Formats: sequence, structure tokens, C-alpha cells
Amino acid sequence: MAVRFVLDGQVVEIAEPDPTGTVLDYLRGALRRTGTKEGCAEGDCGACTVLVGEAAGECVAWRAVNACILFLPMIHGKALMTVESLAQGGELNPLQACMAGNGASQCGFCTPGFVMSLHGRAIGALGSELPVADVIAGNLCRCTGYGPIVEAGEKVACLAQDDSATLAALRALGADGASGTFGDRLWFAPRSSDELAAVLAEYPQARIVAGATDVGLWVTKGLRDLDTLVFIGDVADLKAIEESDAGVRLGAGVRYAEAHPALSRLHPDLGELVRRIGGLQVRNSATVCGNIANGSPIGDGPPALIALGAELTLRGLEGRRTIALEDYFLNYGKQDRRAGEFVESAFVPRPDAATRVHISKLSRRFDSDITAVLGAFALTVDQGTIVAARVAFGGMAATPRRAPACEAALIGQPFEETTIASAAAALGEDFAPLTDVRGSAAYRIEAARALLWRLWHREQGVPVSVLEIAG
Amino acid sequence: MNAEAAPLWPVATKPSNPHDSAHLHVAGLARYADDEPEPADMLHLAFGFSSEARARITAIDLSEVRAFPGVVAVYTAADIPGENNVGPIAHDDRVLADAEVISHGQPVFLVAATTRLAARKAARLGKVTYEPLPPMVTVDQARAENSRIEADQRMAQGDAAAALATAPHRLAGTLRIGAQDHFYLEGQIGLARPGEDGQIHIVSSSQHPSEVQHLVAHLLNKPSADVTVEVRRMGGAFGGKESQAALFAAAAALVTHHTGRPAKFRCDRDDDMIVTGKRHDFEVAYEAGHDDEGRLLAVKLRFSARCGATMDLSPGINDRTMFHADNCYFLPDVEILSERLKTNTVSATAFRGFGGPQGMLAIERVCDHVAARLGLDPLAVRARNLYGRGRDVTPYGMPVEDNIAPQLIARLRETSDYDARRSAIAAFNATNPVLKKGIALTPVKFGISFTTTHLNQAGALVHVYADGSIQVNHGGTEMGQGLYIKVAQIVADAFGVPVGQVRITATRTDKVPNTSATAASSGADLNGMAAHNAAMAIRDRMAAFLAGAYGCAPDEVRFARGEVVVGGETIAFGDAARRAHLGRISLSSTGFYATPDIAYDRPSHKGRPFYYFAYGAAVSEVVVDTLTGEHKVLAVDILHDVGRSLNPAIDRGQIEGGFVQGQGWLTTEVVEWDAKGRLLNHSPATYKIPTASDRPKRLRIDLWDGENLKPTIHRSKAVGEPPLMLANSVFCAISAAIAATTPDKADLPPLDAPATPEAVLRAIAGHRAA
Repeated sequence: MAVRFVLDGQVVEIAEPDPTGTVLDYLRGALRRTGTKEGCAEGDCGACTVLVGEAAGECVAWRAVNACILFLPMIHGKALMTVESLAQGGELNPLQACMAGNGASQCGFCTPGFVMSLHGRAIGALGSELPVADVIAGNLCRCTGYGPIVEAGEKVACLAQDDSATLAALRALGADGASGTFGDRLWFAPRSSDELAAVLAEYPQARIVAGATDVGLWVTKGLRDLDTLVFIGDVADLKAIEESDAGVRLGAGVRYAEAHPALSRLHPDLGELVRRIGGLQVRNSATVCGNIANGSPIGDGPPALIALGAELTLRGLEGRRTIALEDYFLNYGKQDRRAGEFVESAFVPRPDAATRVHISKLSRRFDSDITAVLGAFALTVDQGTIVAARVAFGGMAATPRRAPACEAALIGQPFEETTIASAAAALGEDFAPLTDVRGSAAYRIEAARALLWRLWHREQGVPVSVLEIAG
Repeated sequence: MNAEAAPLWPVATKPSNPHDSAHLHVAGLARYADDEPEPADMLHLAFGFSSEARARITAIDLSEVRAFPGVVAVYTAADIPGENNVGPIAHDDRVLADAEVISHGQPVFLVAATTRLAARKAARLGKVTYEPLPPMVTVDQARAENSRIEADQRMAQGDAAAALATAPHRLAGTLRIGAQDHFYLEGQIGLARPGEDGQIHIVSSSQHPSEVQHLVAHLLNKPSADVTVEVRRMGGAFGGKESQAALFAAAAALVTHHTGRPAKFRCDRDDDMIVTGKRHDFEVAYEAGHDDEGRLLAVKLRFSARCGATMDLSPGINDRTMFHADNCYFLPDVEILSERLKTNTVSATAFRGFGGPQGMLAIERVCDHVAARLGLDPLAVRARNLYGRGRDVTPYGMPVEDNIAPQLIARLRETSDYDARRSAIAAFNATNPVLKKGIALTPVKFGISFTTTHLNQAGALVHVYADGSIQVNHGGTEMGQGLYIKVAQIVADAFGVPVGQVRITATRTDKVPNTSATAASSGADLNGMAAHNAAMAIRDRMAAFLAGAYGCAPDEVRFARGEVVVGGETIAFGDAARRAHLGRISLSSTGFYATPDIAYDRPSHKGRPFYYFAYGAAVSEVVVDTLTGEHKVLAVDILHDVGRSLNPAIDRGQIEGGFVQGQGWLTTEVVEWDAKGRLLNHSPATYKIPTASDRPKRLRIDLWDGENLKPTIHRSKAVGEPPLMLANSVFCAISAAIAATTPDKADLPPLDAPATPEAVLRAIAGHRAA
């Protein structure tokens, strides 16, 4: 079965797609659209940024993504916009003209990616409410120092775009799912969770792919041949965001960028954390539940959500079950997900007024970096006494997990410096972190303790983050 | 006169023309090597890499590689017809390893397949048997085995030991300076196409097409005349494509030679980072003697560089470290020792600044150390040590004749409000228990010329067509720095035509031969002057011809505004060209330029290696989180000297980009090898160059309003490398912020570069404990 998508208002059909062929390779190879560049082939540099669009009422909802780790079945039924789409009739669009005139390119290799990220912001694509620097945090430039690029993005902050032809073509394509074979490999792109459940019932070992920001690298870097694949990014009933007084429920298909506003409302620290997960292109692809389901010890979502008391609902052959999020992570590379089961949703409770939430991510670079240590704290203080504490860390163990000794040192104690000191000391019982490329064991434990002190100073009203300081 | 207010271009051209390819960059239409249309029979290449850092190869079994679907050919060192080398100086850089491997990731065999994926997958199936030896990964390990790429070098003036012994104050310290990956966004790539009669055409993303040409010729036992190398543009280079590009071009050429088919090697990012060289990392030890005011009386510096497995460009790079260990400061009695250690890590190579940044950072640390000991503002110490009247000879015996550092620093101190901000920072630090701010002003004096004297030459080729359009070619390569537009402006100015009338074409070894690398910031100085000379030769011929036709003197013929004024008549430039052509006047000329007045005696490390110096200074203000070690650069003020700017917009771009690149080197970019010599940071997931938000919140760049005292092209100065070292101010400011954790301590925090959160926490702990 073919993958069909809309490019510049025209339907393009890929008769027998390699399910792990990338959109980038297809653009540069089959379509000879070489404006989209490969800089890293792992979603970290943004040189391959394209926009993917879907019909949303009378509009097309666009989002910027990395084409280098976007598999062909993932654009089935969607629209694609590349840098070549912008200059109509040979005339640069206003953003391109502004960048060209503003010294925003030097070697020019990263430039098409920046153009697409900023164009997306200007036409109201997903995440376009963010400041320019955040929108291009997933685009690396080694030449300019970014100043002229940011200026151009701020100057041309709004562009009108006629999407009528794209919308018409998308509607003509319809919203059916797809499936196919490639050699002896099977792939499915279902559109409902019942279809998904049926596929998994038949192929319980099928690899579930949501945003492919992790699995993509298995292919581009690991050169792995993946067997049966199920793409769940377009399962309609897994895309719900339910926001209530009790909390936020996120379906398995909800991308980080889509969840960002609701999670920010849940707590500003959570919003700030999400802002720093990957670049926007990654958050526009990666799902919150995928970040949980893959069981990474350094996923940014899980420790924060564990501290907030999140629950995970899985659906399998025997129906649904709901577990505490921390119970999902059994060991390194091992999760509590049975054959044929899939993560259906995550529920994050809204912290009450008496609970003080602090979430800190430490990495070498503030934006678009993988965490060295992530600490998340939810302390409930009643009349000066800590009556409840949930403390979770990422980067400190083989899985994201809670810090029971630290929690025990906090609960029932007065909220004061001596308590913080003993809780910080207790982290030595909770964790024996590893030395790796992101930090030494000694640094990790010291930094983890520092985050408790950051919490303390912050509660005293002291500015504790360098990001809060003006020049 | 301000370099921007009084522009160079009085006539038809504007000084701040955008980059010549800007309109193509933004449209995705600028063509890079990988964007060339692929012939149907093109082969794609991949290397099989060494899994060991140091080992003898005892057996190679490539049967599974050959059997992989899509594989057309597999080659080892035995298949190289000529010299198995891509080394630029010593002939010690193997294309493919033969009997031994000397660094992890070294190419051992080469796979050619019908698709890139097939080549990459097949390359992982090779079975190479090794007899491993303990690798020398660190400089200490190399020193223990007396493993060096060349003899230690010594540059000295006076008697440092004696002066040290008698100095009123003495101090000593160490500094580790990390390596840096270039992280050009376009990875390494080479593409070869067969021509007739054994000729070969190569498209390479290289700063040094002539070297690629010569290396390929030797590799294939061909005359250089049979090899043509073409470079339209690179997607960034920064020194990383000066020598390192040759490997991929050579591999492609080898496959084309054997198969008669076009071949392309586009390297994967991880492989690129593992296989190609980086900026040298250093261990520096220093001793200094100074007086009560902080004046340096004696300085001893020892630079120990991890040069990697082969010589590459390490001699010149480490020489430049020595040349810049004075920076702007007069060191009356000084000894600079340089150890060039040969390790089993990928060979270190050129990177913007070419060893200069490491030398400069070391002496800035010495200044900071002196200031800390005396409780002085480091800027006061710096100011007291600047070159000046009677104190104007460098450690290599060259008088500093164009010293503007004192005035430039004084002006920046004023315009940046340095003193008031220093006071405000002290107040902030007194009140916040967690966050500490720091500020630093550091200057830059960078010597301009290749220190290998013969490289300071360039050629150009200019054609005026009979319709008045002009084509320019020169030996310089475009890597984003704006060289092409600068040279186009120079030629347009010579003919008095709008710059749009000048088409600048891809750099090719068959147009301008025997070129030097586009490096050492020299691109515009050398090639601009060569192109100017070519253009003037044609203009003089046109003027002489027209003067003859109109009966006036040649110097009365004027070229301006796209027109030629001759004998009281004004004719369009195109008409003038057509008439000259009909008059059988050659409208094509080569041009040549060799930098005058430079000479250097390397054995004694004395002479005049530089034509002139480029200057600059920066004030950086940072805030450091003393709990986590995180920092943020808050504000940066830069005053930089580009002489009389050829193109202020381009120059400002170089300054800002260079600064941020230097900031990355000193803060977030970590290069580490494990004990087995394996590189740990080989992708953007683990190697962190600055993003947009790392750019200082406030960044102000002013150009110094002077012109080059030397008669360079239009009195401009080189700009490519010097701004990178302005970022030394960031490192010194972070150190100052750390020192604020214990303000009464008269010592320097033991901070190493890069100042990652972990390094900052280590320095805080070390400072407290000291």
C-alpha cells in the first residue's frame, strides 16, 4: 500500500515505501529537493527541518519537524512543506528576504532549517507562541552566533499563507490509515486505538513508534532493520488532552509541544522543563507517553511526572490496567509492558495549594541537551512541617525513580535547613550514579544534593537560577 | 574616520553587500557537494574503522563485506597504486591503515556500494584481527614513551630563570584547555568523476583544493595536471577542512580510479567526529615573577599539546601557540616551551585561531593570577603589562609597530562602563548566597600571515567579457566567511562597476594553480590583492587602448559608476570592453600577490613572522550558579579592529560568529577520550555547541575606527580568526565569579576549560579548599 502526501498542493505517492526510509532521504533523492540538508541524521541540528501539515477544520495545522528521523509512513495523509515551497515564482518570501539582507547566513548550510523553523513560527505552526530563541533551539548554526537570525525571526513574526490548495488536497486524500509490506517487513499506520489493539493482538512483538525521535536513531545510526512496525502518531482517539481540576490526562499520541500549555498550567516548572526537552522539532514529534514508554533512564518527563504522582494506563489483550508511573520502570531497558500491550494514556494530578513543586534539569547546555541530573520535588508543608514528600530523579540510576531515603528524611520534619541537609545526605543512600559522558558520579550526587538546596533558597525568595538574572 | 561611516566604496558599490550567496542560502538553492546531481552509476562509499587505538593488524577478512547486497568493491591499503598518504606535511596520514592502526576509528578498508546505506551496513561486517598494544591517550602517557611529533621547541627572550629568581613575587599554576570539534554543519564529503584519458575531477568540501589535487595525484600516480579539484562552497569549515577533507576526496578518487565510475563519500556525522581531527587540547604549566604593581618580570610557560597520531599541521599550530603566549603583553624575560606529544588519538588539526587561542588563554590566566595575588582589578594588571614605548619586542624578536591595544582597551573600558559594572557586581555578589557574577575585559592581538612564509602567496584570474560582464576566480575558498563577496567588491571597485556585474566562480585548481589553503585569516588579504592586481592589469590595458583611440593620456581615463570617461566622452563600461576586444586587447589577466616584509628563522624562533597584527577586546559579564555550576553570559561588549573594513556587515558577522564559537570552546564543548582511546563525544547529542539562547543576552559589537598601517588591500585587516579569542573574556569572567564565593582569598580558582557545570563546581571546591 502506498504512502500518499501533499507537497505544494500536489499529491505525491510513494508506491512501496521502505517503512524506515526517511523523509529527508526521499526529498533529497527521489524528489531532488536538495534544499533540506542532513547535518547530523539524529534530530539534533535542525538542518533538515520541514513543516508537516494536517487538516484542522478550515485550516492546515503545521508543525516543524526533523525530516532526518521522520519515517515515510508518518507523513501518510499529511502535507509537507520544504524550503523550496516558500519562494513562489522565484521571489523570496519576506522572511527569506529579511534573512538574506540581514547577514543571517554565512556558510548557508543550516539556513534552510532556520528558514523553515521561523517560517513555521510566522504562520502560526505548533509552538509559535514561543520566543524566537526557543523556536530555533533545535537549529544549530556554527557561523553566525545567531544574532541576525533571531533579529530576522522577530522582524518577520507573522506571515499570511494561502493553504487552500493544500487543504483541498488533504481532504481529497482522506483520513484513512495505511499499512504495507516492504520485502518481508510489515508496517501499519492505524487511525483508531481499536485498530491498533487488533494489530498488536496479531503482532504482539510489533515495534510501536510514535514520534520516532528515539527509534529514528536506531535506523540512521544503528543501521538496524526493524521488523513489524506500528506507527501510532495518527491514532485519533489517542490524541486527547483532558484538562480538569483533578489534573491532565494525555493520550499516547499527544506530542510534547501539544501538551506544553496544559502542563505549564499544571505547574510552571513543568512548563519550563518541557521547554527544555529537545528542540521544538523534537517536541513537535515526540510524545509524552513515548518518552515514558521507551524506559530511558534519562527521559525528562518521567521523573517530573513521578514526583507529581502520575499514573499510567496500559491497554492490552485483557483490557486496561492503571499503575503508578514509577512502577512502570522495572530496570534498565525493562518496563512493565506486556506483549501486545500499549501505553494508552498518562494522568498527571494537579498539585494542591499546599504542595511546593520544584523541578530542575541540569545539562551542559540549557537548550536541547540531554539531562545529566533531573530532580523533581513535591513537598507538602503544613504549618512549617513537611507532611508529604515525593522526590524523583532522572540520570541518577538505571531508571527514573523516587528517592525513598531522601523522602523519609523530609517527611515529618520541620521545613528548615537542618532537614534539607539531612535529606541531601540521604541521597547517598538512594543513589549510586554512574560516570558517563554527561557527568561523573561525583558530580551527579553533588548536583542532586544541590537541587535540594536550590529548592530551599528558592523557597526563601532568593533568585537561584542564572536564567532569572538580567544583564 | 569610522570604518562604517566612511565606507571604502565611493562609487557604484555599497560596502555592506550581503553575502554573495545569501539569496541562494535562504531559498535552499545554494549547491553544496552533496547537492550535485548524482549520475545513475555513482558509487557510495564508507570506511571500515579500527576498533583499536593502537594495534598491529594480523588479519583482515572482508568476505562478508564483499557479499553484502549492493557492494561493488572493497579496497585495502594494498589497492592504492601510489602513495598511501593524505598528510599535509609529513607523509604519515594513511588513507587506509596497512600494518598497524594508530588511533581508534582509523579507516582500515573502503567499501563502494550502489547505495550509501549498503556501503555503511557492509562496512560494519569487516573482520579485522588485531594484536593490541597499550594506547598512549594522554600527554603523560606519550611523554613516558617519549612519543613526539617533533622535537620540543623553545622560544625565549632574556633569562627567565634568573629574572624569576630575583622577582619580588612569584607564582605558579596549571591550566587544562580542552579540545574542540569544528562541528561544521556540512560534514566531510568528496566526490570524484572520471574524465577521459585517465583524468579525474573532484568536488571536495575543502579549504585546500591544491593540496587535495596533489595528494590525489600522488595517491594515483598521476601528474597533478590530470587531477582537477573544484570547491564552490563549504557548509562551514573553521580549519576542519584544511587538511581533513583530503581523506574523503582521496577515497572517492581511489574508487573512481579503479572502477571508472563516479564515487561519492559523504561521511556520517558520528563517523566524521571520530575520524577527523579537532583543536588541540593542552596542559599548560606556568611560573611568573612580578612586582608590587603586577608588572610581569619573568614568565615561564610550558605548553603540552595532545597532537594525536600523526603530524598533520601540528608544528605550525603549536608554533602559533608560542607566538600568542604574549598576547598584548610585554614579557621582558620569558621562556616558552612547547611539547608536541604524539598520542593514539585522532590527529589534532587546524581550528580557527590555529593554536593561538590556547597560548592567549594561558597568559590571560597568568594576568588573572597576578591580580588575585595582589588583590587588584585584573584589568589594571593587564593595562600595566601592555606593549608600549621601549617595551615593544615580542618573545620572537619582532617589534610591535602597530600597537593600538592600549587605546582600544581604554575606549572599551569607557564605552562598556566597565568600572561601574564591576562595582555593581560586587554589590550583587554580597547579597546573593547562590548566584555570583563576574566580569572580565580581555584583549586580543593576533598575528596575520601564515607563519610558514612561502604560503603567503595567492593567485587570481579575471576575465572581462566583451559585453562588460566580469568573471573572477581566485585561489581562496568560500566557507561562509564572505570571501567571495569581498573579492567581487574589490574587482568591481577596480573597474568602477556595480558588484552585480561581477560573477565570482567556483574555486578550481585548473583556473588558479598552486594555491595555499584558505586559512590563517588570510583569504581576503591574499586573494583580494591578487584579484585586484589582475583587475588593474586589465584596466590599465583598457585605459591605454582607449587613451590611444581618444588621443589622451592613459591616466586621464576614468572608470566609475559603470562607465568609462575618456577624452571628454562617457561610454558604458560594456562599450569600452567591446571596443577593446575589437581592438584586439586582452581582457583576461592573472594576478598574483606575495606578502612582503616577512621572514622567520624557525630554529631560533626569531624573526618577523607576521605582516601586521589585528587587535580587539571584549568585556564579558556572566552569572554563575554556585550550587549547580551552571552559568549564563549576560552581556558582552566588543571593540574590534578590522582596519578599514572591506564589508562591515560581513566583518561584524565574523566577529559575532567567532566570539560565540570561542564561547562554546570555553564553556559547553567537551571532547574526551576514554582509556582505550575512544572518543566519547561524537554526535550533537553529546557534543554541545552554543544554541541561540546561549548567545549573550546583550551583545554589542563596535568596529575600531582605524586603518591598517600596512598597505593591505584597501587598508583592511584580516578578520576570520581573531574574534574567536575575544571569548577568553567569558572564561576569565566565570573565574572571577567563582572567586567571589570566597572574596578574601588571594588566589585564582583552579578552573579548567571548558567551564562546564562540573568543571565550575570542581573549581569552587578547589578554591575553597586551597
